[in-house]
Amino acid sequence: MADTVAQQPIRRKAADQSDRTDETVIEIKGLKKAFGNKEVLKNINLTLKRGENIVVLGRSGQGKSVTIQCIVGLLTPDEGSVKVFGQEVAELNNEQLKDLRTKVGFLFQSGALYDSMTVRENMEFALTRVLKIKDQAELDSRVMEVLEGVGLPEAADKMPSDLSGGMRKRVGLARTLIVKPEIMLYDEPTTGLDPITSREISELILEMQKKFKTSSIIITHDMDCARITSDRVVIMSEGEYVAEGTFDELQQSDNEFVKSYFLDTK
Amino acid sequence: MADQVISSSGWKKWLESVGDQTVFLSRFFRNVFRGGFEWSEFVRQCYEIGYRSLTLVGITSFIMGLVLILQLRPTLVEFGAESMLPHTLSVSVIREIGPVITAIICAGKIASSIGAELGSMKVTEQIDAMEVSGANPVQYLVVTRILATSFMVPLLAMLGDVISLFGGYFALNFTDDISFTLYFTKCVAALDFTDYMPALIKTIFFGFAIGFVGCYKGYTSDKGTESVGIAANSAVVTASLWIFFIDMMAVQITNLLYY
Repeated sequence: MADTVAQQPIRRKAADQSDRTDETVIEIKGLKKAFGNKEVLKNINLTLKRGENIVVLGRSGQGKSVTIQCIVGLLTPDEGSVKVFGQEVAELNNEQLKDLRTKVGFLFQSGALYDSMTVRENMEFALTRVLKIKDQAELDSRVMEVLEGVGLPEAADKMPSDLSGGMRKRVGLARTLIVKPEIMLYDEPTTGLDPITSREISELILEMQKKFKTSSIIITHDMDCARITSDRVVIMSEGEYVAEGTFDELQQSDNEFVKSYFLDTK
Repeated sequence: MADQVISSSGWKKWLESVGDQTVFLSRFFRNVFRGGFEWSEFVRQCYEIGYRSLTLVGITSFIMGLVLILQLRPTLVEFGAESMLPHTLSVSVIREIGPVITAIICAGKIASSIGAELGSMKVTEQIDAMEVSGANPVQYLVVTRILATSFMVPLLAMLGDVISLFGGYFALNFTDDISFTLYFTKCVAALDFTDYMPALIKTIFFGFAIGFVGCYKGYTSDKGTESVGIAANSAVVTASLWIFFIDMMAVQITNLLYY
């Protein structure tokens, strides 16, 4: 019985979606991107509303990460439009891009912690350089607030090399959230973790989303993570989104390709 | 025909690389004069680059001075010019051998370590993470390292020069009995402004080249584990070539100006 309860899927409840509005925070239209002769993104169209969580599913090498890298200006689209808060990302100058990036958090697959700095220094990096916070008391309180949020207050003075994979992801999440972004982009947040830690990270994403009222795009292969975190799921194939709907809608789909993603979830 | 295609693609790659390096250099200069200099990182880099290279530079410089005296002595003795040994050693060490050897050692130790460090940061997406956080990775990673090498390599070279002269004194005392004061008086008397200054100035350029090449190779490396090794390796090779090229130019310019 206890096992059955533990296996009960945690879902994003309708009541948790009260912070959703119709305001569009990200709007992607006709996005195309090629590397050499390889056309990675052929025609991507996506709209993210404030407070919404979209999960992007797709096989490796389909261009899921490329899409979110275009959103933060790490890559420039070949064609199409990527608007964040109504601003065309490709047309922003350095200062505008910097301002935009303070509102958009990006959690990398590996956590991307700065390995020559302690966890605390990792946390303070953007605070002191981007938000220009110099008051040590404020820095300490913000660091401890996010570390307590991810359940790792004791890790503040550790080096990234002393942390496990799951802890690194948590610290990476904390480092991204410390600047209080309005949008979060997650690049495979549970990859490489055991099922229990994966579930903890997925629940943490949901918890942090509620706490910081962020909108999110989550790229994942982990169906458990998709189930827990998504309001809407899009499936990507050959550089295009081929299916879109809620987790339940797609789970019931008759399309063989879509069904193949949900084989183990029923 | 195939050769022509390879050759034209080789030229294209080379020109692209020159263009990339020029853009990277202009990013460096733009960020040097932008506010918010990373003093603490600069000091940390000076410590890493300078202090941590001290033992290696010290040992090699001492051996270099010692070996030079041992090699020069038989020839000069043959001409009855044994008393010229301190003079010959100090001129060759201060003008040429000291700065070049120190720079080559630093290219091997520092350029490779910067290339590997930034290359591995690139592979593990740490540089991207800095960029998407809104911080300026060029200012934090590149400006501090290039300025630290430009500042520390001349200091290491000067120290290496002095240690080389000590090495020479040590070697000279194997066979001859010369006082410490006389030896160093002879060494210093053989030198003038035209020996010190060009040597000092060229080591600043050596340091800049070492830092720049290391940062460029690491920062622009591909995203793969193999790229870290490639970045470190090509940083050493390219920095070493730049050192010899700068040295050749420096000698030409010095000759034009002073002789």
